[in-house]
Formats: sequence, C-alpha cells, structure tokens
Amino acid sequence: MTLVWLILIPLLGGAMSWQSGRWSSVAPRWLALLTLLIGLGLSLWLWLTQDFSLTGAGFAAAADSAPADAVPQWTLEYRAQWIPAIGASFHLGLDGLSILMIVLANLLGVLAVASAWRDTDADPGFFHLNLLWNLVGVIGVFLALDLLLFFFFWEMMLVPMYFLIALRGYNPPGGKSRQHAAVKFVIYTQASGLLLLVSILGLVFVHSQSTGLLSFDYHDLLDTPMEASVEWFLMLGFFIAFAVKMPMVPLHGWLPDAHASAPASGAADVAGLLLKTAAYGLLRFGIPLFPNASLEIAPVAMWMGVAGVVYGAVVAFSQADIKRLIAYTGISHMGFVLIGIYAGTEQALIGVVVQMIAHGLSAAALFILCGEIHERYGTRDMRQLGGLSTPMSNLPRLFMFFALATLGLPGLGNFVGEFLILSGAFSVAPLIAITASVGLILSVLYSLIMVQRTLHGPLRASTNNPSPSPVDLSWRELTIVVSLLILLVGLGLYPQPVIDTASASIHAFDALYAGGVSP
Amino acid sequence: MNAQVLAMLPLLITTGTVVAVMIGISIRRSHRVTAALTMMGISLALASLAPAWFGADPGSVAVTGLIEIDGLARFAMAMILVTTLGVLMLCPAYFESYRDHREELYLLLGVATVGALTLAAANHAATILLGLELLSLPMVGGVAYTIDRTRSIEGGIKYLVLSAAATATLLFGVALIYAELGRLDLNALATALASAGSGSLLVTTGALMIMAGIAFKLSLVPFHQWTADVYEAAPLPVTAYLSTVVKLGAFVVALRLLHSGVASASPLIPTVVFALALASMLVGSLLAINQTNLKRLLAYSSIANFGFLAITLVLPGDEAARAAGVYLIGYIIASLGMFGVMTLLSSPLGQLDFENLEQYRGLFRRQPFAAAVLITMLLSLAGIPLTAGFIGKLVILTVAVQAAHWWLVGGVVLASAIGVFYYLRIISVMLDGRGPEVDGGDTDARDEAVVGNWLRTINAVMLLVLAITTIWFGVFPESLFTIARQTVLP
Repeated sequence: MTLVWLILIPLLGGAMSWQSGRWSSVAPRWLALLTLLIGLGLSLWLWLTQDFSLTGAGFAAAADSAPADAVPQWTLEYRAQWIPAIGASFHLGLDGLSILMIVLANLLGVLAVASAWRDTDADPGFFHLNLLWNLVGVIGVFLALDLLLFFFFWEMMLVPMYFLIALRGYNPPGGKSRQHAAVKFVIYTQASGLLLLVSILGLVFVHSQSTGLLSFDYHDLLDTPMEASVEWFLMLGFFIAFAVKMPMVPLHGWLPDAHASAPASGAADVAGLLLKTAAYGLLRFGIPLFPNASLEIAPVAMWMGVAGVVYGAVVAFSQADIKRLIAYTGISHMGFVLIGIYAGTEQALIGVVVQMIAHGLSAAALFILCGEIHERYGTRDMRQLGGLSTPMSNLPRLFMFFALATLGLPGLGNFVGEFLILSGAFSVAPLIAITASVGLILSVLYSLIMVQRTLHGPLRASTNNPSPSPVDLSWRELTIVVSLLILLVGLGLYPQPVIDTASASIHAFDALYAGGVSP
Repeated sequence: MNAQVLAMLPLLITTGTVVAVMIGISIRRSHRVTAALTMMGISLALASLAPAWFGADPGSVAVTGLIEIDGLARFAMAMILVTTLGVLMLCPAYFESYRDHREELYLLLGVATVGALTLAAANHAATILLGLELLSLPMVGGVAYTIDRTRSIEGGIKYLVLSAAATATLLFGVALIYAELGRLDLNALATALASAGSGSLLVTTGALMIMAGIAFKLSLVPFHQWTADVYEAAPLPVTAYLSTVVKLGAFVVALRLLHSGVASASPLIPTVVFALALASMLVGSLLAINQTNLKRLLAYSSIANFGFLAITLVLPGDEAARAAGVYLIGYIIASLGMFGVMTLLSSPLGQLDFENLEQYRGLFRRQPFAAAVLITMLLSLAGIPLTAGFIGKLVILTVAVQAAHWWLVGGVVLASAIGVFYYLRIISVMLDGRGPEVDGGDTDARDEAVVGNWLRTINAVMLLVLAITTIWFGVFPESLFTIARQTVLP
C-alpha cells in the first residue's frame, strides 16, 4: 500500500494545488512543495528502511538461471484487480533500481517547485497541477509491473508536459514557437507510445496463444516462448518506443525544442527526468522480455549510443542558446547510458545507474541556473551574454562547477558514471568504448565554450538590457543549487550507497546477459 | 405473442410518444410541455428495456420475419434511447429563445428515434430501408430547422439530396441481390456480402452498392463530403443527434450484415471495408487539423472515429463485436458531451452557434465548468488513458493486433497521433490566458445567460454525469466490458 501512496500523494496534491489556485497565488506553491516533500520523505524512508537485496528473480527466471519454481520477489509489491476482462491488474513493485529513480524524481520535483517559486505565473495552480501529475506518471512508470499499467503511466507523462510547454513555456527568440515545440513533442511521443502499446498487445497475444493465459502481468510475460522473428519484431517495437523518449539520435528531433521551450526554471529539470524513464523502460521491460533479440541488436544499439554521444556533443558545441546546448548534452549523456545498457556487464550497468542520477542532478542544476540567467538578463543567447562573472559572484561559480561536472571532472558523479560505462563496455566491445570516449573530449569543448562565452569577457548583457543591476542568487536559489552540488560531489566521492541499492537489480540483469547468450 | 409485444415495447412506446406529442402540439402549443412529454415517453421506452437488461435474458425474440430483438438490438436500443434522452435534454434550453415554432423539433427527433430503433432490430431489407428513411427524413427537417439561418436551408437540402441518393443506392443494391437470390431477409443480404466477388456479377454489384449506401450513412471516406457541411449547418442539438444516434443506427445494421456468421467466400467486401476504414481514419484526421470551426472539426473527427470503428466490422470474432460496443459507448459519451457543452454556450438567435475556435480562447478562465467537461471529452476522443476513449482505442488495437492486420494497426497509430494533436490544440486554446480575439457576437452576454437559467442547470448536471462516466469507464473499464458484451451476436 505504501507504493500506492507514492503515486496517490502527488496525484491528490496536484488536484488540491490546482483548486487552491482559485483563491490564492501562494497556496498552490506551498501545497505542491509540501506534497513533494512528503513524497520525497516517504521514498527516502523506504530507501533507508527496506531491504533491497531482493529482486531479480524476475530477471533471473528469464535467463533460466533460477530454479523453475522461483517466485519473483520484490522489496515491496502491491497487486489489485483492475480489468480482469483482459487480464490487466494494478500491479506495482519496488526494487533497488526503482527506489533510486523515485527518490531522484521526487527530489527534482521539489527543486522544480522551489526554483519556480518567484515565477510571475498567471495561473500557478494549473502549472503545479501539471508538474505534479507529470511526476505521477514518472513515478508510476518506475513502479508499474503490469504492462498496461506501465503504458497508462507512460501516457500520463505526455499531456501535462504538453501543457507545461504549450502554455507556460518560452518562445525562444528566432526559433519556432513553443506551440510548435509542444506539438512536435506530442506527435513524437504519442506515435512512439502507440507503437509501444501495439508491441505490448502483440506480446500479450503471443503469450496467450502459447499458454492460453491472457495477461498483461510482467511475471507472466517474462519467459514467453516465441519464435525468433516474432521476438525480433516485438523487441523492435519496444526499442523504438524507448529510443524516441531517450532520445536516440535519428529520433531525437523533439528534444532540443521541447527542452528549450519548457518553462523557465522549474519544469525543465522535470523534462530531463522524462529521459530517464526510457532508460528504465529498457532495463525493466525492453531487454528482460526479449533477451535473445536484445542480444542480437546490442551492437547496433551501442553504435547508436556512440552516434548519440558524438552527435549530441558536436551539435551542442555549435548552439547559441544555453538551454538548447544543455538539451544536446543530454543526448550525448544518454548515449553513454545506451552503451552501458547494451554492454550489459556489471560494471557498465552500475555506471548506467550512476550516470542517470548524476546527469539528472547536473542537468537540473544547469537548467535552473540557466533559468536564473534568463530571469536576470532576459536572454539565454550566448552571443548576447558574456562577462557574467563581473557583476555576480555565486552564480558564475556554481555555473562553472556544473559545467565541469558535465564534462566529467573526476570526483563528481558524472565522471564515475561515464568511467564505469566505458570501462565496462571495453571488455565486450573495445572499439565502441574507444570511439565513445571521444565524447569525453568533445564534452570538454562544449562545456568550456559555454563557460567562456557566458561568464568571461567584457560584460555585454547589461548594456543590451536596461534592467537594474543584477542581484546575485538569493538564499532560496542558493540552497537549491548548493544542495545539488553537495549531492553531486557525494555521488562522485562515495557512490557506494547507490551501487549497493541497485546491485541486486544489476546482478539479475547481468545474469540475463550471461544466460541469454545461448541461441 | 406476449413475449413479442414485450420485446417490441421500446419501439411501440416511442411510436406512441410521437403520436401523443403530435396530438399534444395540435391541442396546445407549449414548448416545455412538448419537451417534457417527449422525454417522458423516451424514458418510459428506456424503462421497458429494464426487465430484459436486469432480469432473466429473454434471448432472441423474432417478431414476424421483419424484426428480431436480440442482445445486440437491446444494447443498441438502450444506447439510442439514452443518447436521444441526452439530446432532448439539450433542446429546451437551446430552443427556449428561438422565436419560431419550437415544438415540431421534438416530433422530428421522436420519429427519427423510431427509425433508429427499427434499424437496431431490423432483420429484413424492408425494415432496414424503412428504418433508414424514418431516420434520415426527419433529420432533413432537423438540419434545416433554424430556417432564418441561411446555411441551415442549404445544409438541409444537401442532406436531403445526398441522403436520398444513398438510400436509393442501397435500395438498388438490395433489388439486384433479390433478383439473384430471390430473398430479402438479412441473412440473404449477409450471404450476398460474403459471396460478393466470387459469385455472379449481380450479387457483387448489389453488395458493393449496399456497402456504398451504408458507408454514406456512416460518412466513411470517400462518401464523407456531406458531413462537415451538414454538421455545420444544423443547429447544435441536431448536430449532436446526427453524430450519435444516426450513426449508431446505421452502424448496427452494418454490424449485423458483416458479423452474421456467414463464412466469407471472397475477400472483396472485407478488403473494401479495410480500405474505407483506413481512408476514413487518415483523411478524417488530416482534414481535421486545419479546421477553425469546432463543428466542422468534430465532423472530421467523427469520420476518423468511424474509420476506427469500421475495423471491427470486418475483423471476425466476438472480440471484434465487443470492441465495437466498447468504442461506441466511449465515442457517444464524448460526442454528446462535446456538443452538449457547445449547446450550453450557444443560442439559436444569431447566424452562428458558439463554434468558432477563437471564441473558446480562455474559456477555462471564464467558464471553468464548461471547459473542464470539454477537456475531459476531448481527452477521451484523443484516447488518453483514464478516459473511456482510451479503453476504446485499446480494444480496437487489440483486435487489430490479434488479427495481425498491420496496415490497420499502423493506420490507427498514425491517425491517433494526429488526433492527439488537433484535440490538444483545442484544449490549449481553451486554457490560454487571453480572452477571445474574435468577438463571437454577444459572448459575454451569453456567458451571463448560462448562469441562472434552471434549464441550463439541468444540462450542466447531465454533462457532469457524462464527464464522470467517461472517467469512471476509463479507470474501471470492467463495467464497460460487461455492458458491451451484449453486442456479440449469437
């Protein structure tokens, strides 16, 4: 039941926050913040008190390395009847991987609300409704163990995000309008979502034909016996659907626009969170459900990851808009995640988990700082910015810090993630690992050019913009960003708690690769 | 005999209602009395279905060779009567301010409902034609009802001519089949459809003509051109009726003809319906994108929706029939809700209803209730989870995947993605913070009129119920599946 509360709290909080917007412009913010703090507290409490050595019987069974009668075990599980007519149930499960992602989601949610605190929004209630319900979708995705339920939450992320972009977003100067970005986001995501639904239905029918049991349940569908060609096509459906969300390079078109147009400070880091659901989907569903076909596509997927790493970095380098630059670095970093997932060694998978968290933290911080710059100077265009280190002291330092984190400075979380992924991938695909490490050099280029063009040189922005002399970060903004800084340093210096929590899932997943080599 | 009368009760009571309303109008013209009388009659007809619905299943009752009342008929009758009741509830508030005769509209809707009920239970070519004419001809009057609007007359004539042509085509097709087979019962028509393309040329031509007639009534592409114009021309409650009950009646006939269990001897008709379905969902969705008139947009959306539904016509098996039921329920609730809110905001006085998309700009701020219902219905039409519309999309995809018709699956995916785009566009217009850029006449005055009128309050309650039902079915779809199970033919 605790798992249901993880979903219900933001759901109810969102509705309350929305309604409170009718008579107050402050109440929605407090309600949203309170809701997410409760959610964060609950998830942290679960992380600290529960035993995360359980999981994986689900994965291991798929890899034929578990005894046949092994019942898949989850740290926490909840199951209720939902649509018996088609074999769908309300089935949630929590293990080490999900709890980490849920803590991250709640944390970024808190920071999003906090950093949007001073936004002069016409309708704060509606903004927070969308923010919270988006998080409901994200958390639901991390918990669902029924494929129809998973799809439900997967779709639930879409509509609130659309409203956040279309109604509360920015029209980047010179670029396409935010409506354009929102529509692009919807079309990409909805088409891929329906592809996912079709593949889920296909899998369910293949399963019901061979066993006579119509079920959407994860445990039932693992180990579905199917022909190689069928497995290949279904896997491709899942793969493409997740690839669009991740995004993988030829399918990334929506991301820069969506992230650049996402509302100022707050919601952008939530937008970044959506990318993690795709990686989670691959880990939880895409590969365990179709182990053989996934092994076959692994080299292709890893090369696509490399393409993402290099392409994202090169395009990021040539951006003028800071937010678009950060969005492209996201493509680059998710390329590493993709390589790690399909490399499948234990080391690489640990790297994937660390990288997802580290990127979540560092990208969120950069998005928030970029929002602060925009708030002060009215532009995010690096051609109009420059010399920001002259009038302010805290913001440039923190900006510098997170730029260094993005380029993978040792001692920070991103370095741990990327290093583990590359060294883990080297043992199975040395060529790919070597090519991908080019990305590390490119990331130095785009990070430093961003720092140089924004912070150094003569102060230009204030001459262009007759705004009063910029105030440095307030204590609120400082708290947000410094807390991210502490977490990122902590993750870089002592990633062991994260690794311990995720290790059971990772072991099981690794076993899947090891066991799945058989034809 | 007794069982037959009992089974026929909905039809008989509705016919009686029409007669009573007619006599009532001739004695004394009173808008509210007429409306109340019609609603009472329809409610009574609905109540007469209750024993069969909640009590023991009476099975299939044949009334002469013309009518057979089975589970599907009862399901369709219940849907028709509930929807008619919904449309009737919209009428009083809308037509209250109309300056010409207001009472005849109820007569027209009543006769059309008799036609739809006939179609629901038709088991013979004669009943089908009778039902279609009873359904279509009053609608001509309905479309042209607000005769002081120029486009109403135009729309009425357009509907009259095209609808008559379609019925004639269908009749010709029936005649050709009769010439070959010498029978007119539904089974003969179904056999003809199943053997079209392999047997004689007469049967093939006849079957294709029947399909063309039905496709016109369902406004499937390429027989769809009339839809947008007629929807736009008709006063809003009539548009609501056209997009729900009229389509429903024709769809039940199609479902009976194509799901009769006659083994298909040739793939001709299934191929034709596949092509119609695919064309409808794609063309309908694409044409909806650039519409700025909400009535026209919903017309194209209904074309796309019946494209989805047409898939269930040719896919074999009970699952497909049940899918049709599930989808129909979701579609009709959403459609009625959409037109209901629009009706609530409109009046028949000006040349136009509240239909220009720009008039909806910022509606959420001005009228949160109306906008919230509209948003629910639009999300349902778009097939977003937690609404009945999603469950409909799900079951349609389910049967299409099960039958491994990947072209159709691809079409549904593509059309739904486009659909999400244009439905969300309406929603974002409504949520926009600014007021309407184009002044829709007396928008503010009309906004004021919405509050305080008790007739409109009734509408508002009904719309709220519809919105809650949509979400209820979306969250707990089990009940939806139970109801829709009735569509499965024995």
